[in-house]
Amino acid sequence: MNVELYEKIWMWASGFLIVAFVTTIAVGVAGSALQPPSHVETIDPTKVWNDPRFAKRGVSVDEHGDATVVLIAMMFAFQPAEVHVPANRPVTFRVTSADVTHGFEIVGTNGNTMVVPGYISQFTTTFHTPGEYLVVCNEYCGLSHHLMSAKLIVEAQP
Amino acid sequence: MSRGDRLSLAHFWVAILAFGAASAMAFMQALSRASLDLPWRSAKLYYLSVTAHGVLMALVFTTFFIMAFGYVVVSRTLDQEPSGMKLAWAGFWIALTGTVTAAAMVLAGRATVLYTFYPPLQAHPAFYVGLTLVIVGSWCWGAVMLLSYRSWRATRRDQPAPLAMHGMMATVIIWFIATIGVAAEVLLQLLPWSLGWTATVDPVLARMLFWYFGHPLVYFWLLPAYVIWYTVLPRVAGGKLFSDPLARLVFVLFILFSTPVGFHHQFMDPGVSAGWKLLHTFLTFAILFPSFITAFTVTASLEVAGRMQGATGLVDWIGKLPWRDPLFSSVALSMILFAVGGIGGAINASFGMNAVVHNTAFIQGHFHLTVGSAVALTFMGAAYWLVPRLSGRELELGLLARVQPYVWFVGMMLFSFSNHITGLMGMPRRIYDATYGGSTVAAAWKGLTGVSAVGGLFLFASAGFFMLVMIGTGLAGKRTSVQPIEWAEPLHPVAGRRTWLDRYWVWAAVAIGLVLIAYAYPLWIHLQMPRFGSPGFKPY
Repeated sequence: MNVELYEKIWMWASGFLIVAFVTTIAVGVAGSALQPPSHVETIDPTKVWNDPRFAKRGVSVDEHGDATVVLIAMMFAFQPAEVHVPANRPVTFRVTSADVTHGFEIVGTNGNTMVVPGYISQFTTTFHTPGEYLVVCNEYCGLSHHLMSAKLIVEAQP
Repeated sequence: MSRGDRLSLAHFWVAILAFGAASAMAFMQALSRASLDLPWRSAKLYYLSVTAHGVLMALVFTTFFIMAFGYVVVSRTLDQEPSGMKLAWAGFWIALTGTVTAAAMVLAGRATVLYTFYPPLQAHPAFYVGLTLVIVGSWCWGAVMLLSYRSWRATRRDQPAPLAMHGMMATVIIWFIATIGVAAEVLLQLLPWSLGWTATVDPVLARMLFWYFGHPLVYFWLLPAYVIWYTVLPRVAGGKLFSDPLARLVFVLFILFSTPVGFHHQFMDPGVSAGWKLLHTFLTFAILFPSFITAFTVTASLEVAGRMQGATGLVDWIGKLPWRDPLFSSVALSMILFAVGGIGGAINASFGMNAVVHNTAFIQGHFHLTVGSAVALTFMGAAYWLVPRLSGRELELGLLARVQPYVWFVGMMLFSFSNHITGLMGMPRRIYDATYGGSTVAAAWKGLTGVSAVGGLFLFASAGFFMLVMIGTGLAGKRTSVQPIEWAEPLHPVAGRRTWLDRYWVWAAVAIGLVLIAYAYPLWIHLQMPRFGSPGFKPY
C-alpha cells in the first residue's frame, strides 16, 4: 500500500493523540480511582418501599462524619425531596427507582447516575462548596419529567 | 427510467417525506424549550414530538435514504440491476408498513417512549411491531446488496470492488451484526411483555441489547455519508480522490470497531461493572482513527481539486472550490460541523468525564453535529445531486438549494453551541420546560435556550427550503435527458487486483470475534446474577 509522507505523519500523529487520550483515562482510573458509577446490586423494584435497604430514607452520618444518602426516585419526585449533607466529607448516594428509569443529576457537579428499576445506583463524592444544589431527573420518565427535582443542601462544618 | 432507479427513487421519497415531518416536530420542540407560550404548547405534545422526531429522523429518514443510496451504488458502480428485485420491493413495502404503523402509534399518543424506548416505559405493541418491520425491511435490502455483490463478483474474481460498493458492503455488514441486538431486545423482551405474555422485563438487559445496536447504528448512518465524501465529493469539486487504499482501510476498520463499544452509552448505568465499561472505552477511542484518516484524505482531495483549478498558494485552493454547488457546500459544511462533533464525541467517551455531560443538553448539541449535520446535511446535498439524475428532471428552485446548506450551518452553530454550553451548566436534555419552579440555577440557562430556539428557526427554514426544492423537482422539474452518475477517480492509479481489504467474510468474522470478547462474557455474567424484572408503565 502506497502511503504518502504527509499522510504517514498525520496517521502517526493521530495514533499518538489516541494513545494520549487513552493514557489520560488510564492514569485517572489507576491514580485516583476515577470511574463512573458502576455499582452492581439488585432489588425487587415492586417492593422498594419495604426493602430494609430503603425503608429508612434520608441522610445518616457515621462516627467519622461520612454521610450516606438513601433516596427513592419515582414519578415525578425524589423521596426525600430535600437532603442536608456535610461539606468536605465523603457522601455516598444510594438511589433506586420505584417505577420507570430515572436520572439523578446534581446540577453543577459531576454527581450523575442513571436510576434503573431493579438495580441500586451508588456513588461517592465530596462537596467542597457549601450551598444549595438543584437535583434533577435527566432521563425522560413521563409527562411531568421536567418537574422532577430535589434540593441538596451542603452545610459548612463548624 | 430503469427498474433499479425506480427502486432507488421510491426509497428516496419515503426518506424525504419522513425528514419533512420530523423537521416540523423539531421546530415545535425548539420553541417549547425556550418556554415560549404558544397556544398548542403542552407537555404531552412536546414529549410526543420528541419521540416522533427521533423515530422519523434517526430510524426512518436515515434507513430509507441509505437503502436508496445502496441501490444507486449497485446500479451505477456494479452496472447491474440489484439482484432479487422482488425481495428488494418486498423490503420496501415491509419497511414502509412498519414506518406507518409505528408513526401512527406515536402520533396517536400510544407510544411516547422516545426513540430509545427504554423499558419499563411501555408502548402499544403495534409500535414495537412497526419498528420490527422497519428492521426486517432493511434486512431484505441488506440481502439484496450482498446478492448483488456476489453476482458481480462471480464473473470478476480478481477485480477490486468499486470503492463506493466497498463502503456499502461495510455498511451492510455492520448493519447485520448490529441489528441482532435490537431484534433480540424487541422480540425476546419488549413485544411479549407489551402483549401481556410476560409480566416483567429486566431494564438493564434491555439497555445492553439496545446499545449493542445503538452505537453501530451511528456508523450505519455515517458510512454512506463517508462513501459520498470519498467517491462523490472530489469529483463534484473538480478533483480526484487523494488515496484509494486508505479509504478502503477506513471502511474495514469500521467493520471491526463499530460494535464492541456500546457500554460507552451506559457509563452512568448501575448493574454494569466498571471494568467492562473501561474496555469499551478503549475500543471507542480506536474508532477515532479511521475518522482521523478520513479528515486527511477528504481534505487533501479538496486541495487536489483546488490546485487542478489553478490554485498555487497555501490556502487559495479553498476559494477555487465550487461553494455554489449545493452538493459541495452541503458536504463541506457538514464536514466542518463534524470536526467539532467528533471532538465532543471524544469528550463523551472519556469514561469518568462523561458524568459531567451525561443526559445533559450537551448530548443533543453533540449528536446534531454528527447525525444531524455530518449525516443529514450530506444526505440532503446528495439528494440535490442524485434525485435529478435518477428522475431525469432538472433541479427546481436552484437558488433555494444553493442557500439551504448555509442556512443549516448557521442554524446548527446557534443550536448546537448553545446546547453544549447549557449542557455543561447542567441543563438536562429532553425537558418540556427548563425553569424548575424558578430555581436560580435554571434561570442561568434562559438566554441560551433562546439562542437554541433561534437556531431551530434557521434549521426549520433550511429544512423547508430543502422540501420545497425536492417536491418542486419531483412534481415540476423540467424533463431532461438521462445524466450519468460519475464517481471520483483516484489520484494515483490503483492496483488492478483485489487486495486483502476486499475479503469481507474475513473482516466480518474478525468483527464478530471482537463483539464476542466485548459482549459475550458481560452478558453471561449479567444473566447469572439474581435479577428482578419490572412491570410496564405508561406515564404519557
